[in-house]
Amino acid sequence: MSEIVLETRHVTRDYHVSGGLFRPEKVIHAVKDANFKLEKGKTLAIVGESGSGKSTLARILTLIDPATSGELLIEGQPVDITKGLSKEMRRKVQIIFQNPYGSLNPRQKIGDVLAEPLLINTSMPAAERREKAMQMLLKVGLGPEHFNRYPHMFSGGQRQRIAIARSLMLNPKLLVLDEPVSALDLSVQAQILNLLADLQDEFGLTYVFISHDLSVVRYIADEVMVMYLGEVVEYGTRAAVFDNPQHSYTKTLFAATPKADVESIKARLARKRAAA
Amino acid sequence: MALLEIKNLSVGFDTSVGLFMAVQGIDLTIDSREVLAIVGESGSGKSVAMLAVMGLLPNTATVTADKMTFEGRDLLTMSDSERRKIVGKDIAMIFQEPIASLNPCFTVGFQIMETLRQHTSLGKKQRHERAVELLRLVGINDAAERLSAYPHQMSGGQCQRVMIAIAIACNPKLLIADEPTTALDVTIQKQILDLLMKLQERHGMGLIMITHDMGVVAETADRVIVQYKGRKMEEADVLTLFENPKSNYTRALLSALPENATGDRLPTVADFHMEGSP
Repeated sequence: MSEIVLETRHVTRDYHVSGGLFRPEKVIHAVKDANFKLEKGKTLAIVGESGSGKSTLARILTLIDPATSGELLIEGQPVDITKGLSKEMRRKVQIIFQNPYGSLNPRQKIGDVLAEPLLINTSMPAAERREKAMQMLLKVGLGPEHFNRYPHMFSGGQRQRIAIARSLMLNPKLLVLDEPVSALDLSVQAQILNLLADLQDEFGLTYVFISHDLSVVRYIADEVMVMYLGEVVEYGTRAAVFDNPQHSYTKTLFAATPKADVESIKARLARKRAAA
Repeated sequence: MALLEIKNLSVGFDTSVGLFMAVQGIDLTIDSREVLAIVGESGSGKSVAMLAVMGLLPNTATVTADKMTFEGRDLLTMSDSERRKIVGKDIAMIFQEPIASLNPCFTVGFQIMETLRQHTSLGKKQRHERAVELLRLVGINDAAERLSAYPHQMSGGQCQRVMIAIAIACNPKLLIADEPTTALDVTIQKQILDLLMKLQERHGMGLIMITHDMGVVAETADRVIVQYKGRKMEEADVLTLFENPKSNYTRALLSALPENATGDRLPTVADFHMEGSP
């Protein structure tokens, strides 16, 4: 069995909504008892609609927020961010956000965007940082001429490439991708998914892929976790979840996904004719 | 007679580097009771073409067409005040971002009744009754109470329902939905699409669905127009398009769907030779 990169044991997260004068304090269980193990080089997809707690879980995995209770293990080491974090640990996990327009500083040139993680986390000299940034830029399919441009000069797909490049600057082990292709056009989405697959092979990356698009999940995931109202309602290999969903919510989700195959269109048109 | 008929529509924008043609020579017709989908990526000019029909483009845009008629009336030569009588009443539009397209300063009830005040002769009480009826029609519970809610108090799906309520308030003959479900979850998307199809059927509206999602096309359209860089690539009924796409671009779009992936890699549009494609 290969190396386990990420493991959670009974991870929960509660948010306290403070009450008013006549309103009692309320506790919202955003994540309830999440358990999973993820091997090196694999992709876990987390599926759920807004409010299902998938982004909260992503924040816990990325070491941004602490879990209320439970254990988080990265490469077998328990991590508790409330007790501080080593720089080493920080470097291991990186995140890519949904909105490539909002996650880049509009006043920073792309070369500086990419070199900044090295500036903060290493003592590398400036020339070497630039060199590394340039290499990474080429790796994600952009050109040397892009190095001195600003984010507004790029399309959505290119910006997402920049965000991916930035996240890889510190050689992370684990990449958390929060809806990385939701804001992109279909053909650009395909390019980014291909890029992610290539990078995963090359660097041996482990992905946690958050999405509400089941067709993307079916394409990219090795394992699938379905969340509903903070609870993990289904967890298993891709084949198990897609071919034989157990929970009623998973079934609802599958039923709601538009089907673009010819048989479904024929069935719909037949229904329409029958109704008319 | 077609409900909306457009021949050779072009839209250009004046920019600092010269004229940019967003739409180039698009033909389009739609009959009542028909669902037409316009598919394309961002920048394909699908929204701009429909905004030209609505007369909602900024001054920098130049709209030219050989013909643009709604129920036989020429939209090109019509005065602004005449057009305002049609737009919002007989032709209505739903936009992509429901939360951004509602005014945050007014209650949803006010915004629904505003349309009714503009386009109908209903009295205040009747407008209120009609607003309640509309909210109920689009599937919002406790409609009477929700009238006094502000947009920020509702979820994205509910805001989109309110937008639909405003759009259908005057029983339009043509409804243009610009990416109506793009910002929504799949389960909510399903509800909104079902609602639109139900309303379309019940009122016998013509419905134009602008989308980049082939799944949405497959679930709703009768006929499809595929647009790329301002030009029409292909027009076909929905089954033909999916079964036997003619243009390279359509084939590229369909094969970029993750569920159609055959090998390890997804084909992208760049993998298909676009030069000289119809």
